[in-house]
Amino acid sequence: MGVRFYAGYPITPASEIMEAFARRMPEVGGTFIQMEDEIGSLAAVIGASVGGVKSMTATSGPGFSLMVENIGHAIISEIPCVIVDVQRMGPSHGLIFLSQGDMMAIKWASPGGNEIIALAPSSVKECFELTVKAVNLSERFRVPVFLVSDAYLGHMREKVEVPDPDQIEIVERPRPTVSPDKYLCKDADATGVPAMADFGSPYRTKLIGSLHTKAGDYGPSLEERVFLVHRLRNKILAHLDEILMIEEMLTEDAEVAVFAYGITARSAKAAVMAARAEGIKAGLLRPITVWPFPTEAVSKLAERVKSILVVELNLGQLVREVERASATKAPITFLSQVDGLLITPQKILDRIKELN
Amino acid sequence: MARITPLSEILEKYYKPKIRASPFCSGCGNGITGQAITRAVDRVGLPRDKLAMIIGIGCNLFMTADLTYDQLVGAHGRGCAYATGLKLARPDLTVIVIGGDGDTGAIGGNHFIHAARRNIDITLIISNNFIYGRTGGQYGPTTPMGSFTTTAPYGLVEPPFDFCKLAEAAGATFVARGTTYHTTHLIDINGKGILHKGFSVIDVISQCPEVYGRRNPDRMGRTGSEMMKWMRDHCISVERAKKASSEELQDKIMIGVLVDKEAPEFTSEYRKVTQRVQKGMG
Repeated sequence: MGVRFYAGYPITPASEIMEAFARRMPEVGGTFIQMEDEIGSLAAVIGASVGGVKSMTATSGPGFSLMVENIGHAIISEIPCVIVDVQRMGPSHGLIFLSQGDMMAIKWASPGGNEIIALAPSSVKECFELTVKAVNLSERFRVPVFLVSDAYLGHMREKVEVPDPDQIEIVERPRPTVSPDKYLCKDADATGVPAMADFGSPYRTKLIGSLHTKAGDYGPSLEERVFLVHRLRNKILAHLDEILMIEEMLTEDAEVAVFAYGITARSAKAAVMAARAEGIKAGLLRPITVWPFPTEAVSKLAERVKSILVVELNLGQLVREVERASATKAPITFLSQVDGLLITPQKILDRIKELN
Repeated sequence: MARITPLSEILEKYYKPKIRASPFCSGCGNGITGQAITRAVDRVGLPRDKLAMIIGIGCNLFMTADLTYDQLVGAHGRGCAYATGLKLARPDLTVIVIGGDGDTGAIGGNHFIHAARRNIDITLIISNNFIYGRTGGQYGPTTPMGSFTTTAPYGLVEPPFDFCKLAEAAGATFVARGTTYHTTHLIDINGKGILHKGFSVIDVISQCPEVYGRRNPDRMGRTGSEMMKWMRDHCISVERAKKASSEELQDKIMIGVLVDKEAPEFTSEYRKVTQRVQKGMG
């Protein structure tokens, strides 16, 4: 079964998602609730998820800010949930126009600096497909998964062919296979994901927001603290093959590679095609999974291209990751736009030409 | 008066086999409050697999640390919001929220009043000891005016909340107050609150001798027992208050069931919507 619980709070440009859930949930026997704020929204999502029901919410910058404490709670208690961030300009209320300014915030906002997963769609079709993927990954790894959209994508209309429900892959969270008396609710090996029993089952579960033992209890030893902190990270990093999704276009022989994601990648794609038409060996690397960052793919790209152009609608966020991953193997140029508008293919093409 | 289950039986049924020493300071009221909740759960005979506890942040979180309920100890103040999600997703569960006075009334005030407004079938039990004990003695939303705290070193000039009035005004359909001194009464009202269909609030007047009493010995007393005697002398039951003169009622705290009424419950109302939509009558 898919998502059967949604809690949210109105915010532009994400409210349409909530409105759709308000209509849809009763039709399929699920639950929708409009909460008193975004803190309560993510808390309600967490509450429903521990009851064994797949749950999600959607928001934008100011609402995301309020969700941060419960993102941390979902990370430490390993509670599956999906958060759609339809990015708008910041800081604070900023403007309701296009931005990619939350890329670092979604990764680092929660104290502790643990791993989360974030997927960046660049079409309406991908919004559909990656939401399914996001729910599956959150169940598989018991971690908050972000779908990072933006104000343009959030208001775009495009054709989506919705597959037959039987054709959609649906992943369930790992559930206990041992008998209730042997069950420890946070027991897993160093890179493992513990089995999760639903609240209100014969299994006893204790999920606390503090560092804890394998039984979910207070008072972990020094070794248990270190083990848990590492496991929360390594349960993601040890399974990159299941998580990382990348689109590479014409990078085989590329000399100038463009790194762009989300809506910006569409302009970048057009710019790369235009450059090719003019005989410039341009290519595109589009991370679909932005967190964890596809370090290896970028590193390999940096080895074979002469230059990488990073295009973002912010003051420079994932460009830092590209620099880290390329480790000076290729020079990095950053193209930024922060006026709330879509970047044009021409603007990217002009920069490609300069770099060629 | 219903039978009081022996402690050994309660320990065996609800606690882990090897429990640690009490985590509370000497004279603290949280142990009594926690035990009164478990005894109420036992008395109303809730099936173990259908009970979930949501606990806030504060000294009260140790009430359930050694209990074998399904429990979520969430972010500070968000108890009612977690519980709202859980109850809506799993209406078959009995959901009890345990919060402190700061947890419920300050940082979680918004979730508290909105859970009351929705009249969702959750029981909220507030351990109200007038102070932030866990963080070392800062004043909270129920700290009496004039009290001395680490953040009111010259005396507090803010008036306190009355949780029961707040809950009633916000729409809670069961509101009661008890104290750690009136233990059997507390078990009784906890049980009534758990069985009530709708949002139930139980304001438990508790004592914090080490953090509140130490700085304010002239109010409720300095030690746990002095503070509990203060409760004995300053509380009056709803029933007795009806016959008391206005003079006798002066400076008295009313305990007992203050509100007990029926109103549409949110989870049931939402299910009705679901049924209507599924029949195509959207």
